[in-house]
Amino acid sequence: MTPAADADATAPRYLRDRYAIVGVGETTYTRGSNLSTRALGTWAVKNAMEDAGIPAAELDGMMSYSNNDSTPSPMIAGDLGLRLNFYMDVYGGGSSSEALVGLAMGAIEAGMCNAVAIFRSMNGYSQVRIGGTGARARAPVAGDALHTTPYGWFSAGQNFSPSFMRHMYDYGTTPEQLAMVKVIHSEHASNNPKAYYRQRVTVDDVLNSRMIVKPLRLLDCCVETDNATALIVTRAERAGDYRHRSPRVLGVAGRVCKPRSDMHFQHGPISTVAGRYIRDIIWPNAGVGPEDIDLTGAYDAFTFTTMLQLEDYGFCAKGEGGDYVSSGVMRLGGERPNNTSGGHLCEGYTHGMNMIIENVRQLRGEVDDSCPLDGRGHRLHTYDYSEGGCRQVRDANVSMNLGWAMPGTGSSLVMRRG
Amino acid sequence: MLQGDYRGMSLTVSDVDHENRAYFEHCAAHDFHLQRCTACGLLRYPPGTACPWCRNREFAWTRVEGRGAVHSYGEVHQAIQPQFRERTPYLILLVDLDAQKGEPGEHEALRVAGNLATPDGELAPPELVERVGIGSRMRMVFADVAEGLSLPMWTLDEDAEQPERPWRYPGA
Repeated sequence: MTPAADADATAPRYLRDRYAIVGVGETTYTRGSNLSTRALGTWAVKNAMEDAGIPAAELDGMMSYSNNDSTPSPMIAGDLGLRLNFYMDVYGGGSSSEALVGLAMGAIEAGMCNAVAIFRSMNGYSQVRIGGTGARARAPVAGDALHTTPYGWFSAGQNFSPSFMRHMYDYGTTPEQLAMVKVIHSEHASNNPKAYYRQRVTVDDVLNSRMIVKPLRLLDCCVETDNATALIVTRAERAGDYRHRSPRVLGVAGRVCKPRSDMHFQHGPISTVAGRYIRDIIWPNAGVGPEDIDLTGAYDAFTFTTMLQLEDYGFCAKGEGGDYVSSGVMRLGGERPNNTSGGHLCEGYTHGMNMIIENVRQLRGEVDDSCPLDGRGHRLHTYDYSEGGCRQVRDANVSMNLGWAMPGTGSSLVMRRG
Repeated sequence: MLQGDYRGMSLTVSDVDHENRAYFEHCAAHDFHLQRCTACGLLRYPPGTACPWCRNREFAWTRVEGRGAVHSYGEVHQAIQPQFRERTPYLILLVDLDAQKGEPGEHEALRVAGNLATPDGELAPPELVERVGIGSRMRMVFADVAEGLSLPMWTLDEDAEQPERPWRYPGA
């Protein structure tokens, strides 16, 4: 593929290899946390700090994103006794996490602070339902939403359904192929003790689940959960001060849009998503191509979002996403496993953070499966991927996260083993 | 300000939102209009504050025929908004208007949203939902919400030649 004219992969301004993710942490994934988003956020950031082994005095930046359903950074920092030199809380959902890693790198590069904790805290089941039911469904409608919401075109599944349907029309993609995304992610989740849904499902289970909005059945849709997630970004040269062999950031692309971001459906093909544009930035900036990626974290708000992104990033030819996701490539033990934690379909819904956290642990070689620990607390991975077993990818050297906001907008993050 | 209640939602068009206000007022007269750029002559949808192709901020409201073909759709079986729950299944349609289809780019069209409706603008019954898919020929009708505020909707174009079998999600 042709890199964008201004994307010189060797240029230092892209900060390749200059930053590391030195700590990750999360709360439990539940439905009914019985905690405030402040308490959840504090819990996750504290876990990320302990994971990194970073002293409070060295963590002086904080960022978060939310749909006005979270608690801002100053509350979390205050509770944890952190004095911040920088914070910013932005509005946004899916694909914000990768974008904020890039912005954190920029803030540090500008000399604004030394290390940034990024968190997403949400009661996506018990307070502000991510699926849009409850109070959200009764909110007043004005402005651009007048052209969508009054038509009962409102939830994420409803909003994206014409793109998904058109892919089936354009390329003959089948429900059975998409069901394999859920099947494979459920296999991965069965080896993840912290996943909300750990039971393996079959293609028939997916196809027999009730219809929500064609072409999406219940099991094509992700789970709604309560949880907070966090990660810590700092300069690569400081990474050695902390506990782990920390993955390095090779490249990042943030909130890349298709044309007509006011209503992306105006610019076809509507079965093509923002990945078509992201790939021209992320591959040259990261200095790698699809063949170099050992594992992916393709955002699975729905089975379709995983497929559409992998296809438009160039992991397979356009239109062959259905074959790609149903071939076994994405399975643990396959050529390029996807969402080894179970992702949003099974582990929990975090607007993308848990997929970055999983890839960080994979690149450390220390995924938290059920394999035994040695005397120093390191996992003795068996690489037996049967139910309840291992989920560490063998020789995981380079990972990619493919973040999704909507068909017209997405982000990406490529990391390598530290 | 235009304001009205529709299916349990409070719809509001503020006075400073001139583009949407004029758009919905034309709809209320059952006379579909879009903004035509005074520089490059292209129509645009939905209403906006400049021409997406040439950035000109000037425009003229222009009558546009509300006819076209279904580009894609979603078929809702489990509604989210409470007052849609008794009306499932319902269709969310994206209709490519005949006007300006394939312009300025091959894959571009004025892709106008709406539900499948009966000619009087009511949500279509299930037996009508089953007849519509990608390629179906549609004509615009309106759902009246309040004084000066109506929503474009789509109904099967009885005068048009319909595809023998519009494309629908397999098995249904």
